[in-house]
Amino acid sequence: MSEPVDFIVNGRKVGVSVEAATPLLAVLRNTLGLTGSRFGCGLEQCGACMVLVDGEPVYACTREVGTVGGKTVTTVEGLANGGSLHPLQQAFLAEQAGQCGYCLSGILMSAKALLDRNPHPSRAEIVAALDRHLCRCGAHNRIIRAVERAAAGSAP
Amino acid sequence: MNAPLPQSLTDNPRLDRWVGFEPDRTVRIATGKVELGQGVLTALVQIAAEELDVPPARIRLVSGVTAQSPNEGYTAGSRSIEESGGSIRLVCAEVRGLFLDHIAGVLGCRPAELAIEDGAMLRNGTPTGFDYWSLNEKIDLARPATGSAPVKRAADFRHIGRNLARVDLPAKIAGGAFVHDLAPPGLKHARVIRQPRRGARLKSIDEAAIRRATHGRVELVRDGDFLAVVADDESVAMQAVDAVRRHCVWEGGVSIPADAGEPAFMTAQPSKDRVIETGAPAAGDAVRTLEATYSRPFIAHASLAPSCALANFADGKLTIWSHAQGVYQLRNAVARALGMAPEDVTVMHRQGAGCYGHNGADDAGLDAALVARRLPGRTVRLQWSREDELSAAPFGSAMTVRMQAALDARGRPLDWTHELWSAVHGQRPGMAGNVNLLAAAALPDAPPAPEPVDVPDAGGGGGVRNAANLYDLPRQRVVHHLLTQMPVRTSSLRTLGGYTNVFAAECFMDELAEAAGEDPVSYRLSLMSEPRARRVIETVARLCGWSGRGERGSGTARGLGFARYKNKAGYAAVVAEVDVDEAVRVKRVWCAVDGGLIISPDGARNQIEGGVIQATSWTLKEAVRFDEGRVASITWDDYPILRFSEVPAVEIELIDAPEQPPLGLGEVVHGPTAAAIGNAVAHALGTRIRNLPLTRERIMASVLSEKS
Repeated sequence: MSEPVDFIVNGRKVGVSVEAATPLLAVLRNTLGLTGSRFGCGLEQCGACMVLVDGEPVYACTREVGTVGGKTVTTVEGLANGGSLHPLQQAFLAEQAGQCGYCLSGILMSAKALLDRNPHPSRAEIVAALDRHLCRCGAHNRIIRAVERAAAGSAP
Repeated sequence: MNAPLPQSLTDNPRLDRWVGFEPDRTVRIATGKVELGQGVLTALVQIAAEELDVPPARIRLVSGVTAQSPNEGYTAGSRSIEESGGSIRLVCAEVRGLFLDHIAGVLGCRPAELAIEDGAMLRNGTPTGFDYWSLNEKIDLARPATGSAPVKRAADFRHIGRNLARVDLPAKIAGGAFVHDLAPPGLKHARVIRQPRRGARLKSIDEAAIRRATHGRVELVRDGDFLAVVADDESVAMQAVDAVRRHCVWEGGVSIPADAGEPAFMTAQPSKDRVIETGAPAAGDAVRTLEATYSRPFIAHASLAPSCALANFADGKLTIWSHAQGVYQLRNAVARALGMAPEDVTVMHRQGAGCYGHNGADDAGLDAALVARRLPGRTVRLQWSREDELSAAPFGSAMTVRMQAALDARGRPLDWTHELWSAVHGQRPGMAGNVNLLAAAALPDAPPAPEPVDVPDAGGGGGVRNAANLYDLPRQRVVHHLLTQMPVRTSSLRTLGGYTNVFAAECFMDELAEAAGEDPVSYRLSLMSEPRARRVIETVARLCGWSGRGERGSGTARGLGFARYKNKAGYAAVVAEVDVDEAVRVKRVWCAVDGGLIISPDGARNQIEGGVIQATSWTLKEAVRFDEGRVASITWDDYPILRFSEVPAVEIELIDAPEQPPLGLGEVVHGPTAAAIGNAVAHALGTRIRNLPLTRERIMASVLSEKS
């Protein structure tokens, strides 16, 4: 049975009428047209679907939309501010951090949560924050360097 | 005398098939090759910009669209830069020359007085008022390429050999770009319910119970033993899969033994055998003979995205949007499976997640088409599940390799045999005249399973890829057992047989060095006279500061591996440094790679880094498992791959060879990396493990058997 759920996505208030058990990922992609968050496994095992809910990384593939009522959801589409890319996105371009890029949406969100909490993480802290994410092309070292670069660019 | 034209240009000779000047002052470059995450589109932009003297930003690529792109076969085998890049380079040089000759005639000057800047022609540095676009009507590009126009010399390069930012990355860090994201109005969502075993028959299905369970919100599509659900809402379609499974009864089908892929299994299968021999055994008596058997299991593509395709069937025409590697080949195979004319089918390439060979992309294309055929006028999006991706897509074949060498008193080989057992490495759509699409075999009156035919040796071979090597060996015997009745579906996975063959031969080379009491670097160099091969080995040794191997069994060691991919693409030498206690940790990897002319150094590095990490993952962790006759590794928990906390640091030196032709790089380090890790682990442990992957269980078993 459909029911209304109101929440904030990337700074915008949205209201949807869907079954409360619908995965947040399906609502983002199919109802709201935010296709940047990706389906990889549906089992919380790869991190391709990672979004932020009230600033914390959450697997959108299993998170029921009914549980995010009144909360703030941030997706990869919410990283850029108007025309200017987020420092993480700039750093990923500068390091050419990616091959196929399918894992990047989720990784960017976990990296954002890390830097918001800890603007100057150690390499080990970056690795720990990204360890739930899988990358099959082998772009890991570039991705770690990109997060380091973004951190180095933020105010001390 | 000119070198032969690249095959792509022979197949698609007309200049206007490749290049055109558009009214918005852009240049259309059409390629049959597609972006798989490897960065090929960026390199092709660089090549076209170089030879046309236009900035990269003016190039608009048309990639992988039947009817608009040249037919260049599959994007596979690390051949895109040689084939598509080589063709575009010659075509653009020729087009540039045609325009310059025309203006020279108009101005009554010598072509040597002319130059091109940003597509505009200059005479002795002064604008002439002419450019590609204003002259477009004057020059007829509907003519075959001669391939004889001179290309730029390395000294004149402005774009080739420099780093150009990936053209596809900006969309990917902003959440765009994939076939999965296409959402035309009125889209229907479909999921396939795969046969539990290949060849299984759908004995019965309780459609009434399914309707009740899904509240009538899904439509069932059945065609023989092909079964799918389709709904307006994707979540409804996903949930319906379980309901359908509960109410289906299947029977029969091919059961896979639990030990499939292990050496005892592989060597006992029916096979078609052949021997490829070069040279003759050296004179002299063998002092000793060494023999060792190596293996790897079935490996999954394990792409990060489940395969996905969209299809629309309207007015007798079918359109498919797919991340396939060969749009023409998919078009033809789908047309055959559906009994349609190929010209009534259009396939448009859209990017998917990283593709490492023949994965589920093509199969998903036919799946989507079968559903779309039931819903004329509606676009259907069909996405596989993670389970489908890890179990229904073809695997890279398990292989067993038995190495044998007869040695003289100095420990040098008098004779060398590389004997391998492998299933087929090429069952792509259209290969050997077969449809080779999963759902086609489930349709009524499906043709019987074809006899496997491996990738031809002229294309680098399948099972025998890199089974012969470049060392100075008096005789090399390659014995190829192509397994003809494999219950597991196999096809092309990155390097085909190359990974296992290089692992086996290069580990065996270390065993010979050890038997001779020599250092593995100097032992290899004593058997290698090919200068470019020597150079990468010497370079990697210098890069890592190789100074002997240290004590055996100390738990830490370095190992070396070398190969020239396909014996005709790029050269790579790799050193790995490992720590071994209960498990293997690969800490650092050094690579020296000679890829001839490098179009994009950073693109090349990205491919090499990724290759090292993927090969490390295969070598340490990966194995498809079987249980109850089926694939049992169906989640990332069952099929773990290397994680951020496990990747080695990678240091690369690219050999500078800009006057050499470009050589494929995308697969050069997989085999050498596996061998380097295998050799390092053997030295660190003091005992050699020859069966991959080098898991904690295998290490522990080895350590325990040494102690007992």
